[in-house]
Amino acid sequence: MTTLPQQTEKKLGLVIDLDTCVGCHACVISCKGWNTENYGAPLSDQNAYGADNNGTFLNRVHSYEVQPEAGAAQLIHFPKSCLHCEDAPCVTVCPTGASYKRVEDGIVLVNETDCIGCGLCAWACPYGARELDQAEGVMKKCTLCVDRIYNENLPEEDRQPACVRTCPAGARHFGDLGDPDSDVSQLVAERGGMDLMPEQGTKPVNKYLPPRPKDTLPDAGVEFDVLAPFLEPVADEPKGFLSWLDKTLEKL
Amino acid sequence: MHPAPSVIFFTTFSGLGFGLLAWLGIGTPEVTGWTAFAFFAIAYLMAVGGLLASTFHLGRPERAIKAFTQWRSSWLSREAWCAVGALTLMGLYGAGLVFFETRFGLLGILGALLSLATVFTTSMIYTQLKTIPRWNMAITPFKFLSLSIAGGALLAGQVQAAIILLLIAGGIQAATWVMGDKALTGSGTTLGTATGLGQNGSVRAFEPPHTGTNYLLKEFVHVIGRKHAAKLRMISIILMVVLPIVLLLLPFSHFLAVLALASHVAGVLTARWLFFAQAEHVVGLYYGKR
Amino acid sequence: MTFQQPKIDTSPHVSDEVRKTTCYMCACRCGINVHMKGGKVAYIEGNRDHPVNQGVLCAKGSAGIMQVNAPSRLRKPLKRVGERGAGEFEEIEWEEALQIAADWLEPVRNTNPEKLAFFTGRDQSQSFTSFWAQAFGTPNYAAHGGFCSVNMAAAGIYTMGGAFWEFGQPDWDHTKLFMLFGVAEDHDSNPIKMGIGKIKKRGARVIGVNPIRSGYNAVADDWVGITPGTDGLFILSMVHCLMKAGKIDLDYLARYTNAPVLVINSPGAADHGLLMRDSHGKELVIDRKTQKLTPFDQPGVMPDLAATYEKDGKTHRPVFHQMAEMYLDEQYAPEAVADRCGISAGRIRAIAAEIARVAFDEAFELDHPWTDFRGDKHDKMIGRPVSFHSMRGISAHANGFQTCRALHTLQIILGTVEVPGGFRFKPPYPKPATAHPKPHVGMNPGAPLNGPHLGFTHGPEDLALKEDGSPARIDKAFTWENPMSSHGLMHMVISNAYAGDPYKIDVLFMYMANMSWNSSMNTRGVIDMLTDKDENGDYVIPKIIYSDAYSSEMVAYSDLILPDTTYLERHDCISLLDRPICEADAAADAIRWPVIEPDRDVKGFQSMLCELGAKMNLPGFVNEDGSQKYADYGDYIVNHERRPGIGPLAGFRGENGDQAGRGAVNPKQLDRYIENGGFFVEHIPAGSNYYKPWNMAYQDWAVKIGLFDKPMPYLFSLYVEPLRKFQLAAEGHGERQPPDHLRDRIKSTMSPLPIWYSTEEENHAAEFPVTALTQRPMAMYHSWGSQNAWLRQLHGHNPLYLPTRLMRENDLTDGDWAKVTSPHGEITVPVMEMAALNENTVWTWNAIGKRKGAWALEEDAPEATRGFLLNHLIHELLPPKGDGLRWSNSDPITGQAAWFDLKVRIEKAKPPEESQPGFAPIKSPVGKGPKSLTWKVGK
Repeated sequence: MTTLPQQTEKKLGLVIDLDTCVGCHACVISCKGWNTENYGAPLSDQNAYGADNNGTFLNRVHSYEVQPEAGAAQLIHFPKSCLHCEDAPCVTVCPTGASYKRVEDGIVLVNETDCIGCGLCAWACPYGARELDQAEGVMKKCTLCVDRIYNENLPEEDRQPACVRTCPAGARHFGDLGDPDSDVSQLVAERGGMDLMPEQGTKPVNKYLPPRPKDTLPDAGVEFDVLAPFLEPVADEPKGFLSWLDKTLEKL
Repeated sequence: MHPAPSVIFFTTFSGLGFGLLAWLGIGTPEVTGWTAFAFFAIAYLMAVGGLLASTFHLGRPERAIKAFTQWRSSWLSREAWCAVGALTLMGLYGAGLVFFETRFGLLGILGALLSLATVFTTSMIYTQLKTIPRWNMAITPFKFLSLSIAGGALLAGQVQAAIILLLIAGGIQAATWVMGDKALTGSGTTLGTATGLGQNGSVRAFEPPHTGTNYLLKEFVHVIGRKHAAKLRMISIILMVVLPIVLLLLPFSHFLAVLALASHVAGVLTARWLFFAQAEHVVGLYYGKR
Repeated sequence: MTFQQPKIDTSPHVSDEVRKTTCYMCACRCGINVHMKGGKVAYIEGNRDHPVNQGVLCAKGSAGIMQVNAPSRLRKPLKRVGERGAGEFEEIEWEEALQIAADWLEPVRNTNPEKLAFFTGRDQSQSFTSFWAQAFGTPNYAAHGGFCSVNMAAAGIYTMGGAFWEFGQPDWDHTKLFMLFGVAEDHDSNPIKMGIGKIKKRGARVIGVNPIRSGYNAVADDWVGITPGTDGLFILSMVHCLMKAGKIDLDYLARYTNAPVLVINSPGAADHGLLMRDSHGKELVIDRKTQKLTPFDQPGVMPDLAATYEKDGKTHRPVFHQMAEMYLDEQYAPEAVADRCGISAGRIRAIAAEIARVAFDEAFELDHPWTDFRGDKHDKMIGRPVSFHSMRGISAHANGFQTCRALHTLQIILGTVEVPGGFRFKPPYPKPATAHPKPHVGMNPGAPLNGPHLGFTHGPEDLALKEDGSPARIDKAFTWENPMSSHGLMHMVISNAYAGDPYKIDVLFMYMANMSWNSSMNTRGVIDMLTDKDENGDYVIPKIIYSDAYSSEMVAYSDLILPDTTYLERHDCISLLDRPICEADAAADAIRWPVIEPDRDVKGFQSMLCELGAKMNLPGFVNEDGSQKYADYGDYIVNHERRPGIGPLAGFRGENGDQAGRGAVNPKQLDRYIENGGFFVEHIPAGSNYYKPWNMAYQDWAVKIGLFDKPMPYLFSLYVEPLRKFQLAAEGHGERQPPDHLRDRIKSTMSPLPIWYSTEEENHAAEFPVTALTQRPMAMYHSWGSQNAWLRQLHGHNPLYLPTRLMRENDLTDGDWAKVTSPHGEITVPVMEMAALNENTVWTWNAIGKRKGAWALEEDAPEATRGFLLNHLIHELLPPKGDGLRWSNSDPITGQAAWFDLKVRIEKAKPPEESQPGFAPIKSPVGKGPKSLTWKVGK
């Protein structure tokens, strides 16, 4: 049924730390690997070794430059996959019921055997989270590794999305954002986790932690005065330095 | 958005076909027998042909039947029901006219309503998309409906009505352009809100996630030059409205009527191409494109 | 209405079996779990138990499956049948291939072994390949360190007995300020990412010093967009600030470094500037308590940093006095260096002050009693939570050695090396330069070399010179041109062999070194050298044997191709004898093993060498009866012993497999590794894991597990005496004398205390004012990634990134093209703007550009049409100076290729059809790849 559930028992999702992501694409390829071999059809690649090569990916890492009013430009790496929205427009537009939001955990999934590949869900998604697989003709999207997180064939510690398990910098966190006491909810509260395109009204479950302020080391003015004493000279030339040295060694 | 020929043909011709069916449903023109058959054949050819064209953009057309299941929530599903309903009712109604020389008035009116409802549901598929501010406007359904009714009038040979309706449709079309040009800005969605980085400074897309292309870029990002678009708008309004009206104002001849119709269709196709090609999906912002 | 949804299987079958081995998608050596389905590789993930990556895995690692199925894999030995470069080959059997190789090599060995140059691009089996080369007897062997990292390795080992790169790591658990300089994101990359994630979570500050704010520098709290090549000046300015403020660790300097060691003051004499030593060669200090001259290491001695020593009317001062004199000079004041470094004086002071604050105000103690080498007992370990890390960015400059030394000096005066919160070595380091071998070039026809090829020189007497003073090695390593070139100079081999300078060779034998493309500076020139013929119509470099797993650009330029396996089809050992996977708290090594069998007629390179070695009766490769000693590399790994009880693998030794480090050969050793996840870890006991160079508990542990045979505590060398010895020679002392044209350069660059000098003039910076750099993307290693269907979607072509200023000045917008000209050549390439970039620097991703026809790509692949190499702009020689000499574009001390000294100018260009220069396609010996991929093995 492509109506959305009134509410879900959990709100499983990701918290992505833009302060820590180094843009290594580990999550991108780990996702590609797991989801090519697992849930549904493989993620195909066209012109794999030629020009205009492209393929289906469920997670991609963008990068942006932010120019603050003063100071150096900053570079932010920005991973993006399905945000498993509470008001998922991709679900309600689906004419076949292939797209649905799971009532038990809020994961938005595509039932590939029902998908006609009309693409409307991708049109409805503001985040570019859905890609129509060119070989299979069905819509692919992040499953939050629904075939990992409950998988009894995996050790318990591995029951998390492939992208989270692999992230070297620890910039990706997985958990229940519906539970205010969960680690991820705490992290969101502490770090001011934010929604992407809140004005679209999709109520994304995934949150992004904003980059911490950068280039804050003061190089002048009152703020620098706090640091200045650490460089208070003990001497102005080598001779004075050596007599300071002698005195200091005496004290040691 | 990628201006896919399948959806351009679908919306143009199904709009015309259902528009004609609506006119036929209210008994304008009053036709029976083989004349009716000819009218209905044209209407069905366009409506069904358009619907068939739309299946070309499906990844899995063989499962298209599943699209009937989600009428509660999905405009596409509702469109499917309306189309089938309209075609069925109008089929029965048409059979009465063609084979029994009888007009089942109520059936015709219901069929006409369903025909217009089909066009409306089609328009709602686009209108509902907040992701495409240029489409997400209250005026969008009026554009589809007015064009459908005007084109239907042309097809139905309703010269007087057609002239007036074409003027109205042309006005609405022009209004959608004016309003549409401000829609993305007006939506408040920017690269700043898309990334959440807007409060830290001005945001610029740097390296894209992949150096190559992908489904999203192919489907949602289509860049046409502003000058080029303005030219096409002019051409489309001339072909869609001005030239047909001029031709209709000339002393009537079937040749001129067909020419007027052809011009109108070419104009609508151009406008529909622009409808897609100029539509900025907000996902383009993530790629530094619109 | 109740909500209905499909029932799905949330516990599907994951794999039939998990095989644990070691990744080889880059130099990081992470542990991987290879999930198998139906005997095929289904999925690769990180191994949680593995010391290097603890479960995480980068993009390359996860894409390994696409490397193993790559259409570019070579399938069978190839014999060239057309002209070199045409790509015309005939497939031959292994027997014929090895016979050809032996027929070429045996006459060389029996007449003049130096006519073989054997160089390996990859160096993860260096102890084995050098063993083979020694057995063969050629002096001409090295891996690729000379153009990669040697400045850093040599500076680190000469200065403090250990280096950055992956040979050490910050104390991630305790550090509060982490400063990184020009880090290459392809070595130790997952550990660094994990570490940065860890410390940022704790709120520690990360300062990135790099002209380019990408990757780690993008997440750094503070970014210092330094002018390339000036890092040394910036560092010495911070040294100036810290010394001037007395923010230095005097206790540490006195106890653990040669700062208090006396320097002989006898101007004009042959020992002027050498360290004062006793008759046993031990450095002398003045004891603070007794004020007497004494060897530094005596029990109870507290060396005096301040005291001088009077003898024969001369005052001999300790190293520290010289340092004070040198670095307190105003030439290193922030105001004096700011413009050259592109960093404001205020910023330099702020960073120096912050370092001082964290090092001294946030110092802490760990409750670990320990005893140092003098027998002094310490009840605590003092922690200074400032750590540094650095890699290629400061290494690949012609002033890189001294810059790296400057950075180590900064670390040492702060007392942050081998202390809690600071930078720590990984076994087998700490290990002083004196404990490493010296270079060996003693050869005799038909006999092995007299010792290991590579090592550390300690004065002119260790140089690899022939009796006539000419270079003994083809790459001129360990000569006056670069006396401390510990890793050799792979980048000079082809150029020197072609020029016959110092001599011609007969056979060039290379492994995984893409010399006709991205692994050479001056790509076009190298291609010409490989294909040029002499007056008799013979190739100037007569015979080329090449081993690679893939259809790289180099294949077409070789005469005999010996196809290697992929990394999942082979044995390897990541050994304590060369570059192990140790952590600061543990000794560790690892293996690779064939988790799948090759489906092609290929042999692992090392296994092939076992066979070829036996075929030529090389000592060490045959039994007494002349039969082949090691069936394959796996057999060698288990059964070879370097010293009694010490083999390539340290784990599971002894008959019962219960001995660590030392022990008899265990025939079941590989099985035990496989059971253990493909690796072995032996933890350093708590209390032994800091202050390692001086901590007797560590020293004893290191001896126990066989890292060395007796404890060898040592002092850090702020003052590197061997440098002074070379200077003395240049001043005219000693029998071995440098050629006159090098005297001044040796005198000025080989300062025993770190200095900074500009490399701009010799690179014609006045005419070419912009520095051009390359970086490797984190998701792509070298040229290997482009054949990978997944990775090449991430980086299929590479723009040249220009800072905003240069974009505006040249009226450029994204997607425009620019002509980039260096003193050596020009390229025309697409550009893209980057604001977070030093305003006088341009850069691009390395090795994305491909030759048409290579790597089984279509000829119109973006790598070949829009991708490009900066290599075309760089020459292995400096621009001619008009003296007729070939001056190599290298660090004058170590020979490290100075490819980050590249200077260019930029101008807008009309868009060409493809990136320029263009090259004709080469014929692919393996065909082309499939159109589309729907890869799923468990269907």
